[in-house]
Amino acid sequence: MNDFTTIPDYGLSWLEASGDHSDIVLSTRVRLARNLQGHAFGTRARVNDRQAVLANFKEVFARSESLMKGTLLEMKDLGPRARRILLERRLVTSDLIGKTEGDLPAGTAVHFSHRDPLSVMVNEEDHLRVQSLLSGLRIQESWEIVDSLDEELGQELPYAFHHEFGFLTSCPTNVGSGLRASVFMHLPGLVLTKEIGKVLQGLTQVGLTFRGLYGEGSDVVGNFFQVSNQTTLGKSEEDLVDHLDKIVRQVIQYEMQARQVLLRDARGVTEDKIWRAYGLLRYARALSFEELMNLLSGVRLGLSLKLLPGLRVYTLNKMMIFTQSAHLEQAVGKDLGSEERDSHRAAYVRRILSSEGDVITNS
Amino acid sequence: MPDNLCDNCGSKAATVNLTQIENNEMFSYHLCEDCAAQKGLEATTEPPASPLPDFLAQIGDEPREEETSNSECSFCGLAFTVFRETGRLGCPHCYETFESHLRRLLRRVHGGTKHVGKIYLPPDPTVSEIEKRMEALRRKLNRAVEAEDFERAAELRDRIRSLEPV
Repeated sequence: MNDFTTIPDYGLSWLEASGDHSDIVLSTRVRLARNLQGHAFGTRARVNDRQAVLANFKEVFARSESLMKGTLLEMKDLGPRARRILLERRLVTSDLIGKTEGDLPAGTAVHFSHRDPLSVMVNEEDHLRVQSLLSGLRIQESWEIVDSLDEELGQELPYAFHHEFGFLTSCPTNVGSGLRASVFMHLPGLVLTKEIGKVLQGLTQVGLTFRGLYGEGSDVVGNFFQVSNQTTLGKSEEDLVDHLDKIVRQVIQYEMQARQVLLRDARGVTEDKIWRAYGLLRYARALSFEELMNLLSGVRLGLSLKLLPGLRVYTLNKMMIFTQSAHLEQAVGKDLGSEERDSHRAAYVRRILSSEGDVITNS
Repeated sequence: MPDNLCDNCGSKAATVNLTQIENNEMFSYHLCEDCAAQKGLEATTEPPASPLPDFLAQIGDEPREEETSNSECSFCGLAFTVFRETGRLGCPHCYETFESHLRRLLRRVHGGTKHVGKIYLPPDPTVSEIEKRMEALRRKLNRAVEAEDFERAAELRDRIRSLEPV
């Protein structure tokens, strides 16, 4: 099963560019980490712990009307490429599918809700990771969706909960609420005006943290940043969510100011950068993923500043996902070497830009 | 008669609740301290635990190195040294095994050790667990009402109602 037809919107609704500030904020994710009593978790979980947790989850799944309407995918039933596609769509993590094809961890699965962009990873670092991934800036909404599924699961499953420390997690940095809310932002204005260092430093001072495109430890590519809460213990979920929302809105204001500075003080250079990026995407014959991300950053900025009329944010979001290796391989139906990948990637970009990315040039 | 007066003398404030079961019938009495003493009861407030161990834990008194480096979780077998290396715990029981070290760690990472968010209700909850959960839900409800999020407020009200005694 490689087409994911049973998952709502194929798990891609977060690309639709529909939420607030969707040109700057690509998506919002809220996740809760939960563990079950009586079983080891994380690296200490043995195969029988993992199987028991999955069996427990499946029992709830079979009893609950709302869960049953959704889709449960066990990683062992998917081919390696299908698993990588889920990873590239940001629906599972590399912990869930293993670092290489050979080391798929036992008992890993993901459940997708039938309605909301809401899912549960089973046997990740924690027994359960309940998460929602929405388009644009919608932290509160994302939290509410997650909260209500967590309530339902909590009535059926014996969560590991400590009267003082709260929800117990594999990593002590998640304990308490187990909540991590993160917002995926595009901040080229702050990078180009060299204000980004100050902003990122400011984030760490107010209890937030930032990461690159693919979460913990990953590089910042294409001026994309994931901003999230650093601490999980000692504040209510609502306070964590409100605080992140407030600070992210401030960062958006700074980013918009930086963009105005660019237009005022360096309009020529900025326009040139944007059009060069568009030109390269439109005509290049080979693109590495990193180069593509950097060019998309320029084009996204141009779209946001209304310098590239006719382009849509959705088109750019889609390009980010469908140009990753497993998606390219899926499209051609075979494994690809890195050179082949780069040329298929460039071909996909040219095709999509000529069909839905024509820009009116009125120089 | 206001219901906070002693059931026996009727003049002093009742501070002791006495429940007796006689011939399969339950009787509840609310007594003042004096009448309770006459019946041979003492106020059941527990003597305060010695504050010293807590205090020492709070100021981050390092436990002796050999004590922690040899310790191991009796449930999952995680050794303290491995936890130190990986930063990952192995099971809920680890939180008790390595409690004193964890307290210091949590204080450093989160600025405190007390969870103030959602309260999970186990399948067989105690009265105080139910009360704590209701309190947390009421806070959420107030917030939803303030934000004029009435759909959310209705959902929270249902959750609270389901916990109220019938």
